[in-house]
Formats: sequence, C-alpha cells, structure tokens
Amino acid sequence: MEAIRQFGQYTLLLYQALRSVTEFSTYRNNLFAEFVKIGYQSIPIIMLTGVFTGAVLTLQTAYQLDTDLYPVTIVGSIVGQSIIIELAAVIGGLVLAGKVGARISTELGTMRVSEQIDALESMGFNSVTFLVVPRVLAGICMFPVLYITAATLGICGGVLAGAIDGILPPAQFMQGARQFFFPEDVVFGIVKSFVFGFVITSISCFKGYTAFGGAEGVGNATTQATVLSCIYVLLSDFVLAAILL
Amino acid sequence: MIEVQNLKKSFGDNLVWEDVSFSIDDGETTAIIGKSGTGKSVLLKHMNALMYPDSGSIKIDGECLFELSYSELRKTRQQFGILFQGGALFDSISTFENVAFPLRYFTDLKEEEIEHEVNEALRMVNLEAAGKKSTAELSGGMRKRVGLARAIILKPRYLLYDEPTSGLDPETSDEINDLILEMANTLDITSVVITHDMHSVLRIAEKVVFIDEQKLSWFGTLAEMKESDHPPLVDFITASEYQI
Repeated sequence: MEAIRQFGQYTLLLYQALRSVTEFSTYRNNLFAEFVKIGYQSIPIIMLTGVFTGAVLTLQTAYQLDTDLYPVTIVGSIVGQSIIIELAAVIGGLVLAGKVGARISTELGTMRVSEQIDALESMGFNSVTFLVVPRVLAGICMFPVLYITAATLGICGGVLAGAIDGILPPAQFMQGARQFFFPEDVVFGIVKSFVFGFVITSISCFKGYTAFGGAEGVGNATTQATVLSCIYVLLSDFVLAAILL
Repeated sequence: MIEVQNLKKSFGDNLVWEDVSFSIDDGETTAIIGKSGTGKSVLLKHMNALMYPDSGSIKIDGECLFELSYSELRKTRQQFGILFQGGALFDSISTFENVAFPLRYFTDLKEEEIEHEVNEALRMVNLEAAGKKSTAELSGGMRKRVGLARAIILKPRYLLYDEPTSGLDPETSDEINDLILEMANTLDITSVVITHDMHSVLRIAEKVVFIDEQKLSWFGTLAEMKESDHPPLVDFITASEYQI
C-alpha cells in the first residue's frame, strides 16, 4: 500500500511539474544553475569513470580473447561497442545517481525540513516550478552530454590501456572500433542517458521534496533516492534494451 | 478578516484538534497559545493553506482558502507574510537576496528600487548592516528578524508569526515583541502570533485563542483572559510562572 501511495504522489508531482513547465521565467535562473551543477560539475567524475571503464574493459577483453582465433582488432570492436551501447550510459548513470541524486535529495530535503519550501509557497511561489522543474529539465538535457563525454573518454581509455599494456596499437584499436561502429548505437545510448537523467532527477526531487523528520528524515530521503535511482536506472536499461535493440 | 470555522485536523488516527472556530478582525493582533504539541503551528499553516483540514473552513474576506484554485491561492498567499520558527531563510543566497527575493519575482522594480526597499525593510528590523552577510553568519534572533524583513517586504495585509520568541534570550525576545507591535501599528497589519510565551502575549496580543485537549478551549480579549477563571487557561498561565 505504501508503495502505491508513494507512486501516486510521485506521479502527482510529475504532473504538477509538467503543468508548470511553461512558467519559464520562474525557473530560468535555477535552470542555468542546475546546468552547471548537474552538467559541468559532473564532468571530472564522468571523465574518470569513462577512462577507467574503457581501460579495464580493454585489459579484460584482451585477457579473455588471448588466442589466435580472433584478430587483435576485435578488442577495439568489443570495447567500443560495449561502451557506446551499454557501459558509458549505465555506469555513468549509476555514478550520477550517487553524485547528482544525493545532492538533489539532500538539498530539497533540507529545504523541506527547515520550512524553506513552505516559505516559498507562503510567498505565492509554485515550489514545484521553482525547485523540481529546473532540476529535472537540467538532468534530461545534461545526461546525454555526459554520456557522450563518458563514451568518448571510455574509448580513449581503451586506446591508452591497449597501447600502454602492449595489447594492440591505437591504430588497430580504432580500426576494430570503427569496424563495428553503428550510428544507431550512439542514438540508443543517448536515449538511455536521456531516460536515466529523467529517472534520477525526478526520483531524487520526489524523495527530497517529500522528506520529513529532521536530519534523520533527510538522511533517509537521500539513501532512498540513491538506491531507488540505481534500481530504476538498471530496470529502465533492461526495458530499453528489450524495446530498442 | 480571518474566519476559522469548525476546523478539524488529524494525522492518521491522531486527532490534532476539532471544532476550532474563531475570527480575527482586520488590524488586530491575536495570540494563539497552548502547550507544546497541541497543534498551534499546524493551525498557523492552515491559515495559509500550507496544510489542509479534514473538515471546516478558513475564510479570508469571505472566501474559503481551501476552495480556491491553486493560482487563486497563490494570489491570496501574497497577502500574507509568515515568520517561520527558524526563519526559513534560503541558505544558498545572502541575507540581502533573501529579503529581495519576493521583490525580484513579484514586482517590476529596478535594481536601485529593490535595494532601497530591502534596506528599508532591514532598517525596520534594526539590521541595516546585515545585508551582505551570509545566512550562516546570523544568530537565531537575527535570522528571525531577517525572516520578518522578508515577510513584510511585499507589504502584506496579514502577518503570521510561528513562535517568534522561542529559543531567544529575554532581551532579544523583547526586541522581537517590539517589532511585532511596530509592524502592527506602523504598517496596519493583522497579526497572528503562535506562542507559549505569556510575557509576549501580554505585550502584544489584543485577542487570545487557547488550544487545549484537542479543541479550542478558550477565546477572548486580553482583558477577558486576565479575568478568566477557565481552569485549563488558569493552569496554563500559572504553569508559565507569569503573574498577571
């Protein structure tokens, strides 16, 4: 029953957000601030995640295919495609569920328990327009950019690891990667990151916005936001793969 | 005029209060008193439709708050200013920006006009020099005064104060009481003050609402309260160790 009640509240919050999305002047400043927080400030962790994912995947793929049955360029093909289709979006999504999701739910949760959201409403603001809409919109817009960054850096990490470890030279890695590069895979990755951006920011906004009970309540909201974001990233990843692949 | 009629509120199986009815005339200062946990702040939040009752109504100039559409409610809310218990200042922006916040969104004032209005509001609460400070640098009393400056910046008709003197030393409490009186007198504001501080009540209130045992236990003027022999009210006043 509690899950159904929460889902109803979540849907209602999204409906309110959707209805007020046209009130651009109310959330314009917050939207640009969120572009910076969700997008720009996530670039370092996304770069790091991308590089190491690509590097480790290259080493592991080379280890598993250590046979003369396949040309060495197959490592580039597997790493390139895995990163573009799956890893850049999902691992990036999971990392951002922690970084972005936790920040959003803590921020809104603290505002809720310290009556800052009540203060906004009491002044005549629509707090959903002011707080939820810019965060979700920024997530939807910035996650694809972060995905492209992670995918690019992931392939660079693979190239570097292959060269440093002497598995295959960069030219052969890229030859393999190009061989199995399909533009629709990038579109698929962008669609995934778009959905992950929505899932993570909307769940985190909901959990923060409905937090109650002081510091412990904010802590619970943040934990639930992070855990639920991770679960729904994985779930939506599966659903999208089943539908689009 | 604020008319509270047959208000009932519960959280799940826990009844907060029922059958609460009283009215507040324009320009009056009304104190809502009662023990901790009797739902005084809950009642205050109903007066701004930040919470909705199980039944009953609160009418502002004859219009029931709970029957308004959300856009109508937002307009009505702009007639109110609320001083929240902890100030509820936005901690991501400076003191000045906190006070300027409603002006930036609800008026077309130019920057220099906003600056003038904010400085004027900060002057009224005796915090002229605090504008540049971050909210983290403010003491409890200063936070309440900045909250008050923000609450009056749009020149509301009604000011709702949630425990304005709680957690403050007697001297700062007196300053806040003076400010409440000043706001009521100079700005002609109708004030509702939630408190359990009898010293404040005697300083500022014209009418008193006493909430006890999940209902409105007593309602009358300050003079009537002083003469009242209503046992729960007398017990409450006696327990507050304040001699009338």
